[in-house]
Amino acid sequence: MIAQRVGTTALRRVAAKSDAFFTANVARLAVAPPISAMQTRPVATQKLTPSDANAILAKQRLLRPVSPHLDIYDKSQTWFGGSIWQRFTGAGFSGAMYIFGASYLAAPLLGWHLESASLAAAMGALPLAGKGAIKFVLAWPFAFHALNGVRHLVFDTALVSSFKRRTIVQTGWYLWGASIVSGLYLAFFL
Amino acid sequence: MAALRSTTTRLLGSARPAFRLPAAAPVRGFAQLADAAQESATATAEPAKLKTFQIYRWNPDTPTEKPRMQSYTLDLNKTGPMVLDALIRIKNELDPTLTFRRSCREGICGSCAMNINGTNTLACLCRIPAEDSAELKIYPLPHTYVVKDLVPDLTQFYKQYKSIKPYLQRDTPSPDGKEYRQTKEDRKKLDGLYECILCACCSTSCPSYWWNSEEYLGPAILLQSYRWLIDSRDERTAQRQDALNNSMSLYRCHTILNCTRTCPKGLNPGLAIAQIKKQMAF
Repeated sequence: MIAQRVGTTALRRVAAKSDAFFTANVARLAVAPPISAMQTRPVATQKLTPSDANAILAKQRLLRPVSPHLDIYDKSQTWFGGSIWQRFTGAGFSGAMYIFGASYLAAPLLGWHLESASLAAAMGALPLAGKGAIKFVLAWPFAFHALNGVRHLVFDTALVSSFKRRTIVQTGWYLWGASIVSGLYLAFFL
Repeated sequence: MAALRSTTTRLLGSARPAFRLPAAAPVRGFAQLADAAQESATATAEPAKLKTFQIYRWNPDTPTEKPRMQSYTLDLNKTGPMVLDALIRIKNELDPTLTFRRSCREGICGSCAMNINGTNTLACLCRIPAEDSAELKIYPLPHTYVVKDLVPDLTQFYKQYKSIKPYLQRDTPSPDGKEYRQTKEDRKKLDGLYECILCACCSTSCPSYWWNSEEYLGPAILLQSYRWLIDSRDERTAQRQDALNNSMSLYRCHTILNCTRTCPKGLNPGLAIAQIKKQMAF
């Protein structure tokens, strides 16, 4: 008992001299469960004033990367989403209309022949596949825009059944199928 | 982990012998039991179901290093069924530096929202697809600033939530001076809205929110907005609508509906936004 007490006082004396970290570990070693069972924390934390912490945060924020988005998100919901193709087809059509309108206006000045008669003659001279291809390039976006337009009108009525997860996925794929089929019909059978 | 567990149990065993098993059974410490269980598992030699997880890594301590994907392979026979189980096991046994948020492990806190195999979801609600052997890819929520590894910075998201004043605003006191009552029908309107846990899966699945998160509120916040707009007890409906009545806050929604497809709680932010738009129009 006395021997033990002497040991502790000696330990305390040592502890008083050395720094806090050393003390903590000496004390733990003294209690001494087997070394393998001890858990030591190799990382020491340090105190920061709020302004220092904010400065570190601001510096870190400047360097933070933006996580990947278009590259990694489910392709059927990004690259094949009905909504974005509604915009692409619509923008394509209005762009094409502006380009054609402007060139029609400039045609007499530049000596181009964009009158209906010469366009019809140029179309007529093409083989069937060529005719079909040109018509499909216009017919598919038209069909897609029209059909998806209806779909979006239904969405805008906030019809509950049209917002079911299954319905959204299914109508999305039906839209692609239907627009391609009707595009082909418009291109080759009309 | 196994090593840690056996040391602690050994410690406990020596400190508290009272916890030993009854003497009728052969006396064994918990550690020995665990070891025996492990031995028998290896003895029966179940074929290992290996699955590789590719996880996005970025460390703020070395900010100039580019984010990278790191692969970890686990035996699914020894892993729980959910992606969060796998992540926790990776952190415990393979790489303690892997960082992610998690708390409740049952889809009620929304901490472990991340992008798993291309779709945003809660890791704790997402089963590991065991039948296919393809690698499972895990990214942080898309188009967010990364704090570390799978931890996104949601400061802006929370600020936006604050901006819609998500609390009951009314001036007239209740008739009985006790509580604000509402009919069963009115209460029913809140179903499918109040369950939102603000995990940010839907907002960060929305391309419109990716490009305009500074001003567009995003599906999660708009769903919360709608929750207060149709609450029969709230008396600031007009002001709430006014706050949304500009080109950015609400109308950046183009009915892409990734939000509805991704919501891990099965809610319908897309429908809520459509209802706000309708309510504002009529």
